[in-house]
Amino acid sequence: MPNHPVPVPSSVLAALKNKTIHLSAAKMIHSLFLVNASGDIFLEKHWKSVVSRSVCDYFFEALERATEPENVPPVIPTPHHYLINVLRHRIYFVAVIQSEVPPLFVIEFLHRVVDTFQDYFGVCTEAAIKDNVVVVYELLEEMLDNGFPLATESNILKELIKPPTILRTVVNTITGSTNVGEQLPTGQLSVVPWRRTGVKYTNNEAYFDVIEEIDAIIDKSGSTITAEIQGVIDACVKLTGMPDLTLSFMNPRLLDDVSFHPCVRFKRWEAERILSFIPPDGNFRLLSYHVSSQNLVAIPVYVKHNISFREGSSQGRFELTLGPKQTMGKAVESVLVSSQLPRGVLNANLNPSQGTYTFDPVTKLLSWDVGKINPQKLPSLKGSMSLQAGASKPDENPTINIQFKIQQLAISGLKVNRLDMYGEKYKPFKGIKYMTKAGKFQVRT
Amino acid sequence: MLNHRFLCRNEDLKEMLESNKESLKLEAMKRIVGLIAKGKNASELFPAVVKNVASKNIELKKLVYVYLVRYAEEQQDLALLSISTFQRALKDPNQLIRASALRVLSSIRVPIIVPIMMLAIKEAATDLSPYVRKTAAHAIQKLYSLDPDQKEHLIEVIEKLLKDKSTLVAGSVVMAFEEVCPDRIDLIHKNYRKLCNLLVDVEEWGQVVIIHMLTRYARTQFVSPWREDAMFDENNEKAFYDSEEERKVEQTKPYIMDPDHRLLLRNTKPLLQSRNTAVVMAVSQLYWHLAPKHELSIITKSLVRLLRSHREVQYVVLQNIATMSIQRKGMFEPFMKSFYVRSTDATHIKTLKLEILTNLANEANISTILREFQTYVKSQDKAFAAATIQAIGRCATNISEVTDTCLNGLVLLLSNRDETVVAESVVVIKKLLQTQPSQHSDIIKHMAKLFDNITVPMARASILWLMGEYCEHVPKIAPDVLRKMAKTFTNEEDIVKLQIVNLAAKLYLTNSKQTKLLTQYILNLGKYDQNYDIRDRTRFIRQLIVPNEKSGALSKYARRILMAPKPAPVLQSAFKDRDRFQLGTLSHTLNSQASGYLELSDWPAVAPDQSVRNVEVVEPAGAPALRKSKTAKSNEKFYSDSEEEEEEEEEGSSSEESVSESESEENSDDSNKSSSSQSEKSSSESDSEKKKKTLKNKKLQQQKPDILIITYLPPQIMQKTLLLIIMTKYILIHIVLSISTQFFVNCMCSLLHLCVFLACQFDVVSWHVHVSLQASSPVFVPETSHELLHRMTGKGLSAQYRFTRQPCIYGNSMVSLQLTLSNSSDQALENIHISEKSSTGQNIHRFNAIERLEPQASVTVSMGVDFNDSTQAANFQLCTKEDEFSVSIQPAVGELLLPITMSEADFTKEQEHRAG
Repeated sequence: MPNHPVPVPSSVLAALKNKTIHLSAAKMIHSLFLVNASGDIFLEKHWKSVVSRSVCDYFFEALERATEPENVPPVIPTPHHYLINVLRHRIYFVAVIQSEVPPLFVIEFLHRVVDTFQDYFGVCTEAAIKDNVVVVYELLEEMLDNGFPLATESNILKELIKPPTILRTVVNTITGSTNVGEQLPTGQLSVVPWRRTGVKYTNNEAYFDVIEEIDAIIDKSGSTITAEIQGVIDACVKLTGMPDLTLSFMNPRLLDDVSFHPCVRFKRWEAERILSFIPPDGNFRLLSYHVSSQNLVAIPVYVKHNISFREGSSQGRFELTLGPKQTMGKAVESVLVSSQLPRGVLNANLNPSQGTYTFDPVTKLLSWDVGKINPQKLPSLKGSMSLQAGASKPDENPTINIQFKIQQLAISGLKVNRLDMYGEKYKPFKGIKYMTKAGKFQVRT
Repeated sequence: MLNHRFLCRNEDLKEMLESNKESLKLEAMKRIVGLIAKGKNASELFPAVVKNVASKNIELKKLVYVYLVRYAEEQQDLALLSISTFQRALKDPNQLIRASALRVLSSIRVPIIVPIMMLAIKEAATDLSPYVRKTAAHAIQKLYSLDPDQKEHLIEVIEKLLKDKSTLVAGSVVMAFEEVCPDRIDLIHKNYRKLCNLLVDVEEWGQVVIIHMLTRYARTQFVSPWREDAMFDENNEKAFYDSEEERKVEQTKPYIMDPDHRLLLRNTKPLLQSRNTAVVMAVSQLYWHLAPKHELSIITKSLVRLLRSHREVQYVVLQNIATMSIQRKGMFEPFMKSFYVRSTDATHIKTLKLEILTNLANEANISTILREFQTYVKSQDKAFAAATIQAIGRCATNISEVTDTCLNGLVLLLSNRDETVVAESVVVIKKLLQTQPSQHSDIIKHMAKLFDNITVPMARASILWLMGEYCEHVPKIAPDVLRKMAKTFTNEEDIVKLQIVNLAAKLYLTNSKQTKLLTQYILNLGKYDQNYDIRDRTRFIRQLIVPNEKSGALSKYARRILMAPKPAPVLQSAFKDRDRFQLGTLSHTLNSQASGYLELSDWPAVAPDQSVRNVEVVEPAGAPALRKSKTAKSNEKFYSDSEEEEEEEEEGSSSEESVSESESEENSDDSNKSSSSQSEKSSSESDSEKKKKTLKNKKLQQQKPDILIITYLPPQIMQKTLLLIIMTKYILIHIVLSISTQFFVNCMCSLLHLCVFLACQFDVVSWHVHVSLQASSPVFVPETSHELLHRMTGKGLSAQYRFTRQPCIYGNSMVSLQLTLSNSSDQALENIHISEKSSTGQNIHRFNAIERLEPQASVTVSMGVDFNDSTQAANFQLCTKEDEFSVSIQPAVGELLLPITMSEADFTKEQEHRAG
């Protein structure tokens, strides 16, 4: 059925009529509005002339129409502007654009802003942003000049504006010193813009985490419809000076499609399948990869389920058993099962063999925190669901989403061969950790 | 009270700012920034704040800058106080201070300082620090938006900065180029190879801008590589993994790619590995628009990889994949499973995935896809389930092998418990049956049985339409259904009522013995219905089918009109023809042209001169400092290899050029080129216009099969009927007449426009909501001008006006007019202007007074008049130094309307929204 347009308040129309069209189109990001879950604008920043916040009315309209917060369209056209928004941590970041610009450019930038906030404040919540509004403003000022990204690299930003810490806040209030850097970040000018110079550590260490996620859809009968492995290598490098690292794999052929941090030398990878790079200082994502879908993906858990509703009865049966499968002898931990039960379900009366479960009667969300799977005694959740009296039997059985973690295992079999450092004299401490997680892991019942 | 308290608070901020303590000032500034962030007005503190602009404390200074940039526009005079501080800072030895001074200075939007800004930019563009030069490139855009008259000077600066070899500057200056002078492609020639080679080292945001610019550039400079694609199509998957093999293949082909074209493709390819999704998308669109078709598949994996990213990224990438997958199924078919829908996806992601799966369906994989669709139909998200049913319908029409399977599946869905699912199934079955009606009378019978249980109006209407359309296949059931409907007529929804009238009419024509009385009864009910649309339709049908002395020629054709075979609806993707917009752009995402969109030109038939891109190998003087820093860099171990390789490449390509140079033809003149390309463009435009027209016609026929069938009739009758329909549909008879005469002369197409025009007039509200409607340039602008002031009455001054049919730049609701003033007397006329007092209520944007008009000279000015959407004349006084003349402009209705372009889908959507 077509969506009928919702009438716009007449005040908005009047405001639009009075507005004159700007002669020259200004590119890129014009303004940014931060909107919280209850639909209030709690921060605005303009990089060019001020755009009235009434432009957000179009966004609010879309918000009202959306059944779920995620369903708001990312790009919303209005008569004079375009609104591009991203939703993270229950905050909408709404960018106002005046003319043609690649939408991904804006979306990617907004996500970068969120990442930076998270990096600076630990969390990216409304409260954190409001508490640090001055730092937020200083950051936004540095990240965009006239709407065009200027410095988005976290290493550079941290030199320009020091992240707030409790100690620094105290010191600053006493001494009156500032959290704004006095020098131009050296990285900005060097050939390695992602790394600052003059880094010094007493303990030189480099840690790499190989984290793989399994995305899968398992059908009713337990056979795999689609399964993929996506992996990342996150690094935490604290090394003095300008170290030049190389990282090689035992089986680089596994990597089907990769994307690199800008520091990785692409030609070296093309020729020798070796990662060669001067690392940024601190935490960064070195690599994300995709394991070719031709390889069979080992599915580490299986689910036995029996969820049924009988016609005419106000009771439904719910049985779920989890078990390990192809885990290479490693334990499956932090298992969390969640499922969106049909609307007709009023309540669930279940009995878990381990862990705890909750059922929210409003959102109909069932979640079961299982913990570790013990292969000797498989965890199960059994019981009954009560249905709305008189309601007909739901068409579809719910989909089950599963989260889990397996330590010390990269499910694809990827192995790091060696890590070498050149360019500096000291001996660094090196460490590599493997982990497998469930990504979007769904079981259809 | 509140106001008072607010004032007090600002008072204490003011005191803090004026104190001697730095920490107090800083605290005050922080609180002020907090106010700005909340959108509160802090402009009255301007004088107190601006005093601190020269503060030694860097943080304080930065916060003052933030404040200044925000409020300078409102407090221009006070803002000027700060300028000298920045001018001084521009000469500072510290590059950071120079750059930030330029940044703030150029962000102060005060027109008076334009000359100062211009000077500062020119100086900064030659600064030794690349960081300052980068800032200068950013400042160019700011100055341009403040004062477009500076364009010529700014282009000079851009030209200079484009030659810059620093990776820091490249992205920013190309951005400025795109903003200020995107049409000056000639500025790029000499820098093309350098930009290609620098690209990998430019920061990621700059890469996106440069790649988009180079895509446009390449489309004007190279010939199409898409010639003998057919033989390569999809089955030559191996070639691109091995570049040597590829070379060989190329040699055997008559087409030889320009080495510069190859350079661009080669140098952008590594960027597919970027972590920045915008860069990956930019490279993908570059390959889509520039690469030979058989090389395209290298972008597939990267695009599929992006689907792991955030929801918003997925949305944009899926849209682009949807467009690509229509033209090239093979690209994404191996990755089909990546598009399977998860129950946790957002609705718009689900719909896009469904779209792509439908596009990818072929004989081989259809069974897999249909099995997957079966799961989706059961989804709890009913809107999504409905979309799946439509998708099944599309698969069924596209792949004839499965039509019957799909149809049976859909019939089963008719007994589904959910109403939306049933309704959607009925609608889709209706469409499917239209393609092959004869064999399926049992399905129609089945639907007739279900009819009593179906309550969704659209579904009921569809079933009734089917009954009527194929009443000859179900001769026994149809009259019975009509009988039932006669009983419930008054309780039905409007669309159902219309279809009842339709069914009655059709049955009357085919089976008048059984249904004559029933039909008359229904027509009588319809005649007194509350809805004017139904009354009109009833009247129309009665005249058409019941012969009487007044009805004349039309009723003879009644059977032919109503029972004519209707073309089956074409179920096609909403993403068809989306690639008229460059992929990855905002316009593509919205499927309507965004302002500032730069069209991608067609490939030139003959390649323009290649030698324009040749650069002398000699290092240009004037960049010694740069050179030094470069050698310094290459001393560093990690960078040296790539640097050397780059230089090698440069040499290699230049030697290749010298060969190609001798082959290339003589210079084609620049102006020549542009004019020819323009004419090409216009012809292609009109082509597409025509296409659109026929498409729209088709679409209309699907929607209102009974009415538009008249296009098959002789023209005279056609015109009459069309008029009739319009009149009954919209009771704006006088408008219709005045416009339609004008429009019929042009073409049928205008009629469609007209409907949209009228619709817009009716529904101003939805016009503003549905902003996907884009004002378009008029198809035809009359040259005739109207007399405003005769030279006799004007004592030598004569004036003529003309409607330009362009959107008025002075205001949304204004109509733009062009005024030609000429002096036919023998003395100069001075100070020609429009008097301030306007006698009627209209709002007029006056043209700037003309100081002096020489004898026999004439001048053209433009003005805007807000006619308030009425045809009342605008009266005003045209004055010279000595005299005043009352003049008036009376607009024709047509001039008050805004032409719009909309896609077919939008058109039908809008059409559905019109009550009627």
